[in-house]
Formats: sequence, C-alpha cells, structure tokens
Amino acid sequence: MAELWFALLGLMLTAYVVLDGFDFGAGTLHLFVAKSDAERRTVLAAIGPFWDGNEVWLIATGGVLFVAFPELLTTAFPAFYLALHLVLWCFALRGVAIEVRSHVADGMWRALWDTVFAGASLLLALLFGVAFGNIVRGVPVDQSREFTMPFFTDFGTTGQVGLLDYYSLSVGLLSVALLSAHGAAFLAWRTAGAVRERCLLLERKLWPAVALLFAVVTLETYFVRPELLGKLLTRPLSWLGIALAVSGCVVLVSSRRGTLDGRAFLGSCALIAGVLSAAGAALFPVFLRSTLSPAFDLDALHQPRNSIAMKFALGWWPFAFMLAVSYFVNVFRANRARVSAEDY
Amino acid sequence: MDDPSFWHRLQFGFTIVYHYLFPQLTMGLALIIVLWKWRALRTGDQQCDLAARFWSKIFGVNFVLGVVTGVPMEFQFGTNWARFSRYSAGVIGQTLAMEGMFAFFLESAFVAALVFGERKLSRGKHFGAACAVWAGSWLSGYFIVATNAFMQHPTGHTLLEGVLVLDRPFQFLFNPWAIVEYLHTMMASVVTASFVVSAVGAFYFLRGQHQEQARLYLKWGTRVGLVASLLVAFPSGDRQAKLVAEFQPVTLAAMEGRFESGENAELTFIGQPNVRERRIDNAIKAPMVLSVLAYGTPKRSVLGLSQFPVDTWPTNIELLYYSFHIMAGLGTLFILLMGISTWLGFRGVLTQTRSVLWILMLAFPFPYIATTAGWMTAELGRQPWLVYGLFRTADGYSKSVSSGNTLFTLIGFTGLYFVLGLLFLFLVGRELAHGPDQEAHG
Repeated sequence: MAELWFALLGLMLTAYVVLDGFDFGAGTLHLFVAKSDAERRTVLAAIGPFWDGNEVWLIATGGVLFVAFPELLTTAFPAFYLALHLVLWCFALRGVAIEVRSHVADGMWRALWDTVFAGASLLLALLFGVAFGNIVRGVPVDQSREFTMPFFTDFGTTGQVGLLDYYSLSVGLLSVALLSAHGAAFLAWRTAGAVRERCLLLERKLWPAVALLFAVVTLETYFVRPELLGKLLTRPLSWLGIALAVSGCVVLVSSRRGTLDGRAFLGSCALIAGVLSAAGAALFPVFLRSTLSPAFDLDALHQPRNSIAMKFALGWWPFAFMLAVSYFVNVFRANRARVSAEDY
Repeated sequence: MDDPSFWHRLQFGFTIVYHYLFPQLTMGLALIIVLWKWRALRTGDQQCDLAARFWSKIFGVNFVLGVVTGVPMEFQFGTNWARFSRYSAGVIGQTLAMEGMFAFFLESAFVAALVFGERKLSRGKHFGAACAVWAGSWLSGYFIVATNAFMQHPTGHTLLEGVLVLDRPFQFLFNPWAIVEYLHTMMASVVTASFVVSAVGAFYFLRGQHQEQARLYLKWGTRVGLVASLLVAFPSGDRQAKLVAEFQPVTLAAMEGRFESGENAELTFIGQPNVRERRIDNAIKAPMVLSVLAYGTPKRSVLGLSQFPVDTWPTNIELLYYSFHIMAGLGTLFILLMGISTWLGFRGVLTQTRSVLWILMLAFPFPYIATTAGWMTAELGRQPWLVYGLFRTADGYSKSVSSGNTLFTLIGFTGLYFVLGLLFLFLVGRELAHGPDQEAHG
C-alpha cells in the first residue's frame, strides 16, 4: 500500500511539474520573447486557461500527502517554514499579476505587473529546484523530527545543512533553465508570429544550457550522494524513467527539424517526466534523507499505521483523478487553436 | 505573548478571516449567476444575460483573490500546526485531499470558460461552465466545513498509538454537525452575495445609471436575500444552536455570558460581560427565550459557566460573547430589511422609496461582519480545544518554528494582504464605475 501511494504521489507531483512548469517557464521568459503589449497579451492568453488548474496539482498533491504520509508532511513543512512562505507569497503575487495586468490600459501599470509576473515565476522555478536539491542531498532531520532549516549555514552538504549550498543552487539553476526551455516549447506551440520565432531561437540556446547544467548536477550528485547513481542504474523503474527522458530528447530534437511544435512540446514533457520518475525510483523509499545519521531517515515503509485512511482514499482517488484528467483534456481540446492577442 | 501559540493563532486567524472575505461572495454569487443564466437560457431574457456577464467579472476578481489567499491556508496546516496535523491527519486528511481533487480541479477548469469564454462557447455550454464553477465552489465549501465539523464534534474516528485514525469514514463525512454547519454557512454566503447585488442595484438606481439592470439587481438581490436570510436563521441557525447546547454546553454558556444555571433561562440582547465579577453589566434580557431556543421548552435548565471546570471554559469569553451577539443581531436585522424591501418590490414601489434604497446600498458590509462574527463564534467557542474534547489548541502548533519566524511571516502576510486589499478595491471599483454595458464582453 505504501509503495502504491509513493508511486501515485510521484505521478501527481510529476504532473504538477510538467504542467505548472510550462507556465513558470512562460512567465520567466515573457519579457524576452514578447516585446509589445499585444505580444504580452498573447503569452497571457496562451497560459490563461491553464495556470490556475496547473497550480491545483500542487494543492492536490499536498492533500494526498496529508492522507498517505502525514508524518512526512508534518516533518517537512515546518522544516521548510520560511522557504514555503516565500513560495506562497510568490504564488500570490504571480496570480494577482496575471489577473490584474490587462485590467488597466496603462503602460506603467502593465510594465509593473509584467515584471512581477516574471520575477515571481523565476523565483518559484528556482525555489522548487532548490527544494528538489534538498530532497536529494538530505536535511538535518533527527530523532524528534522537529526541526526548522535556516536558509544557509556553512554552504556545505553534510551535517547541519541549510537550504542553500552549491548543490541545491545548482539544481535550482537547472530547474530554471529546464522550465524556461519547457515554457519556450509550450509558447512556440501555442503562439504564432514573432513570439513563436523568438521562442524557437531561445530554445536553441536553452536546451544546450540544460544539457550542460544536467551534466554538472550529475557530477555533483556523484560526490554528494554516491550511492544514488548506483541505484539509478540497478532499478528497473529508473531505467523506464531514463528511457522516457531519452525518447523525449529524441522527439524534441527531431520535431525541431520541421514545424511539429506540438510534438516538440510533448518531447519536452516526456523529458521532464522521465527525469523525475527516474530520480523518484532511485530515491524510493526514502522521503527525507538525514544528513546526520541514516538511522533518522524518514521513509515510506516505516510510517505510523494508517491503513484505513489509505484504503478509503484508494476508493475515491482513482475516480477523482480520472475526473481531473478529463477536465484537462477538455481544456486542452477547447484551446487547441493557436492564440492571438485578442483572446485575453 | 510569551506563548508561541499566540503568534501561530494570530497568523491563522488573520489569514483565514481575510481569505473568507472572498469565497463568501463567490460561493453565493456563483448561485445567483447560475440562476440568471438559467433564466436567460429559458426565456431569452437579455437583461439576465447582461447581469450574468457583468457579475462574472466581479466574480473573477474575487475568485483570484480567494485562490491566492486560500493556498496559504492549506499550507499552514503543515507549516504552523504540525503537531495538530500529525495528530489528526488520519481523519481530516481525507476531506482536505478530497477538496483539492474533487472541488479545486472542477472550479479551476471551468472558471476561465465562465469569465472569458462566452464568445467562444455555445449558450448551453457557457451555462454548463457556470454550473461547474458553482458546483466546484460549493463542494469545496462542504469539504472544509466537514473538516471544521470534525474539529467541533469529532465522529467516525478512533485513537491508535496516540493519533487519530479513520474508523467509520461515512460517519465522518456525513457528520450531522457538518450538514447543519454547511447549510448555515452556504446560506450565509448567499446572504452576502444578495446584499452586494442589491447594494449595487440601489447605487446605480440612486445615481440614475443603468436603470434596467439596477431594477434587476434589486429584484433578485432582495428576493434571494430574503429567502437566504430566513434559511440562515431557520432551520440552520436554530439547529446549530441546539447542537451547541447538546454537545458544547460550556460554549453556549460563554456565548450568552451565562454564569449561573437555571430553568426559564433568559436571552441577553445587550450588555457587557464582566467575567471577573461573573455577571453581565447593563443587561437587557428576555425571560425564558434561551431555554426555548436551546431545548424547545422553558422548563429545561441551561447550565451556567460555574457548572464547568475553569480549564474547559472558552479562553476569550468576552470576544465570544460579542461575536455571537453581533452575528445573531445582524442576522435578525437582515430578515427585517430584506422582508421590507421584498414587500416594497412586490408592491412595485421599492424604486420610489429612496430611504430604503439608501439603506440597501449602505448595508452590504454587514453580512461580511456577521459571517466573520459567526466563524469567530464557532472557533472561539471551540476553545480551549483544537479537536473538541480530544486535543488542546495549546498543543497543536509546530514546536520547531520559533516565534521569530512566525512573526516574520505574519508581518509578511500583513504587508502582502494590505496591497492585495488595495488592488481588490481598485479593480472592483473600476468595474462598478464602468458598469454593465450592452457590448459583448471584451
């Protein structure tokens, strides 16, 4: 049961990163790929029907975490107290920026909210990358499971670590580059004209940057978590993830020879989903690795007995999940034509 | 203030009261928009279509503010109340997860179609989108109220190794307390929406703008408002009071500022509780009413606070007393105002009665105050418990989060929410100044 919920949570989190990832990326890039007001409106029209629903995947994942692994939630949330509040405030500013920017036809007003939108999107992509870096590197969880991490300590990766160090920052940068490239692929698919041209041009720089950062992070992981790469190579589910990521790359590159923008975006989705599932399979069953002692690791298999809640949730979850997927299919179908500035 | 739970409570209290200013309008307004769109679909009434379009814009601004202030509420269960969450996740995890999976996906998938999609969708499909948003927002309300109802009146659970686990899931999901609290909450939200709609109608009419739309808002606002105000009081408010009397008798005593027991218990209309002297100063009371309201007969004794150990008394009796009296007093006035307005409307003279229009226009803040006071009654009345009778508030906060961290985020929320509030007023003010126009929405 715990294994199943670990996998389902991984699935939801992957859906979240792939979906909200493209609107973080679009937000991060929009100042560069959309110059005129009409072009900015095009970007907003492209993500307009999606961003709120995409964000729900995070809320829903949190809710399911509450049911399946409350011990993890109640240990990790106070641990990341300030970082999570920063995430919340970024979400608030970003949502408001998207909503209010087109209400007032004034240059200064729109410039302000465009900048807020870009800054909050960038910071969110960075923070989620840093969070993922912390999961891989480990956190100073001890026996009491009651701790709060500072933003930084000595920038080292062992013992009493802080949120930021060279490793978590590298993962953060990789996250920014990857989600920006993903966002560019999304915008290239959804828009036409100058915005699309600029996105395609930018993608040619961003994807190589992603590859470079990916190599750096892999190398760093070898030093920070040597045993993790071994697990990556011995677990069949990780192979599947790697295969998915590689085929995503192939689809992405081959689509760019023609004008198969939708296919290229799918390739980008597969790449992200593949990397995340490979990492998830390698990390299983540990949620929170302790940098103090392996005895304090928090894992999925040693949770308080919670089987009735898990069983009951398994009764309704598939139904709710199918409904959610059907809404998304519906929204993507309803918005399948490329957008223009007049739509928003 | 040396107690760390003080800052956690202040932050949660502030952020939840602020958050709920928005959903209480969107949930009620969603219903009214569905009613207008239904009428427009059935009869081809252009004015109803126009009204739905105009109010969808107001809805959109409120919806976004509701979302961005709502996300922190979910997170705070983990960040600020980790020990409470660890204790109760086995039960309330279900409803919190269900809210995300069943309600938020539904709302978020269709709200863009409701606000921006009218030109692209057929009339039937656009009506469908309005219904989906209404259903999503009301479902969300149920899951949250069911969570709160468990904290007020735990049921369906059992204790295992010191934490709560789910034992009878359907008993938890359909907690009788949840059904009553849900009806009460939803009807209060319709009251808020109908007061706002009537107020805008009265405003336009008094200014001589958008006359036809103003008439429509006044007609629907006052009629829906009368029905909802009545339903808030009876049966839902009445049932709620009886549940409190039965399961939280010490709370009832504190709400009424009642220190001594006895039959023929009187209801206090006004007066100031003096907890140290154990009496109400300057009290104006109606004999027997409290016994009848709580138990249906004047013969039943209503227990006073002195019957209960002091460590089970609600921790802020004065504020609880005022919250309850403000809620109940305003609720009564709402029935009166909407009753008079609807009666004048039926006689066709409401739009000529300028004094009533002025009152309707100025009355819109009061449902917000009444709703806030109502939630304060529920939450202060639950003290000193987080889960009634099982888990104390003082044990619930995250131990590892220092007061310095909590105060830092509280200051952050205060600043951010101040800016959000200004933006909200500015944007809604602009929409109201622009008004409903005949052109298609752009």
